[in-house]
Amino acid sequence: MSRLQRFLKRTWQDFYLVLILIFLYAPIATMIVLSFNSSKSRTQWGGFTLRWYMDMFSSRNIIAALHNTLLIALLSALIATVIGVTACIAINSMKSVPRAFVMGITNIPMLNADIVTGISLMLAFIAFGISLGFQTILISHITFNIPYVILSVMPKLKQTSRSTYEAAMDLGAGPVYAFFKVVFPDILPGVLSGFLLAFTMSLDDFIITHFTKGAGINTLSTLIYSEVRRGIRPSMYALSTVIFLAVLVLLIVTNFVPRRKEEK
Amino acid sequence: MSKKLLAGPYLVWMVGFIIIPLALIVYYGLTDRNGIFTIANVASVAEPEHVKALWLSLLLSLVSTVVCLILAYPLAMILRNRGIGRGSFIVFIFILPMWMNFLLRTMAWQTLLEKNGVINGILSLLHLPNQNLINTAGAIILGMVYNFLPFMVLPIYNVLCKIDDDTINAARDLGANPVQTLLRIWFPLSVPGVISGITMVFVPALTTFVISNLLGGSKILLIGNVIEQEFTRGSNWHLGSGLSLVLMIFILISMAVIAKYDKNGEGSAF
Repeated sequence: MSRLQRFLKRTWQDFYLVLILIFLYAPIATMIVLSFNSSKSRTQWGGFTLRWYMDMFSSRNIIAALHNTLLIALLSALIATVIGVTACIAINSMKSVPRAFVMGITNIPMLNADIVTGISLMLAFIAFGISLGFQTILISHITFNIPYVILSVMPKLKQTSRSTYEAAMDLGAGPVYAFFKVVFPDILPGVLSGFLLAFTMSLDDFIITHFTKGAGINTLSTLIYSEVRRGIRPSMYALSTVIFLAVLVLLIVTNFVPRRKEEK
Repeated sequence: MSKKLLAGPYLVWMVGFIIIPLALIVYYGLTDRNGIFTIANVASVAEPEHVKALWLSLLLSLVSTVVCLILAYPLAMILRNRGIGRGSFIVFIFILPMWMNFLLRTMAWQTLLEKNGVINGILSLLHLPNQNLINTAGAIILGMVYNFLPFMVLPIYNVLCKIDDDTINAARDLGANPVQTLLRIWFPLSVPGVISGITMVFVPALTTFVISNLLGGSKILLIGNVIEQEFTRGSNWHLGSGLSLVLMIFILISMAVIAKYDKNGEGSAF
């Protein structure tokens, strides 16, 4: 390939990457710009303002929804991690047929459409007589989070050797002590990534929450949905900007900080 | 023995919140209001308005899946061939919008496409006629592509990264031209990623009701909208469950396809 050809190919590729980046980020950039626009119009710049941010932080609905969202994400990720890790240990010691069966069922919430999962859980809560509200959102989120934990922990657990665990037992450790001293440190990266994945999945969920929340309670997603249907207010752009920055910081911390430690 | 007991909490959870709920959909879908067995709910998919919604859903999700594939494959190839590491910042930038709240992403497009939205504002600044962009099938496809593109990029990229450079060089040494290398080496080796990407875009696109609601207005009904309305407006849960059963058939088909082509889970996104 001649030098010119290579240059053209590379330029063309750069052009393509930039085009996709514009497609991905133009909508987000627009919202960030509009969040500082003092005019309510989407096409005219009326000067810089922080008014919409004040509106957002003084809105009781938004703060309550934020509180619910974070609490549900944290609780559901924690509980899903505990249930998921214990399930992994048990599944790992099962024979192949029951193991395949349990893993097959585990995959259902991940592969099934969210709308079907949401509806099925709603029907179940009503059949069980659990009134829709905070508790049903929490149970639903735990349900769709457990598979992500199991899928993150299972490969790590398969890599650990049985003999170190048995050696610890031979040396007089009880099963629980041996697990936390010998096995747990090895699967910890999987547990952490499972927890984080579960946390983000819970933060991002709308569809399942929509069907299982009942009246009178909102997470950020369901609040945004009802607001947007009534017509977008500029405080929603302020909220988007805050969420975008929060996600950016969170992902940079989780993606790049631990890796640097590993490299050392 | 004690290890088996650890499965207890999860097994109870699994039965209570995965198996019983799905069984309830089947029960509701196959009975009428008096609890008598009927296939009328499932068969109602053949009613003209439901056929129209299902057909439109299939069409729109198919088009967006194809568009995603066409956009994502070259992107994944370029990223892989630049030798950019898997955890690198550049790859991260392309994946980042995926973690932004789904509703906010869709709201952003509403802002851009609306009648007095940003795009029409720019058009009138340039003295060009305003376009009717929102509440069209095109707007829904755009929303689907925007929301689900990273789900196509990630699995393809992951699979392409596993292809050894030596394989590509061997093909070149043996006289294959770039097109042959693409069709005979790259593409066959990346099939697991492509299949996984297709299902990860197709299933959520087929079943969405949010994108069609926000970008398609209330005039364009997809099958997801029909089901959602049966449940949230409280009209007929039996009918909604029956239509969900039909939807699940399509999901089962795509699960079967994944199981066939991606046995080792190579194409998984996470």
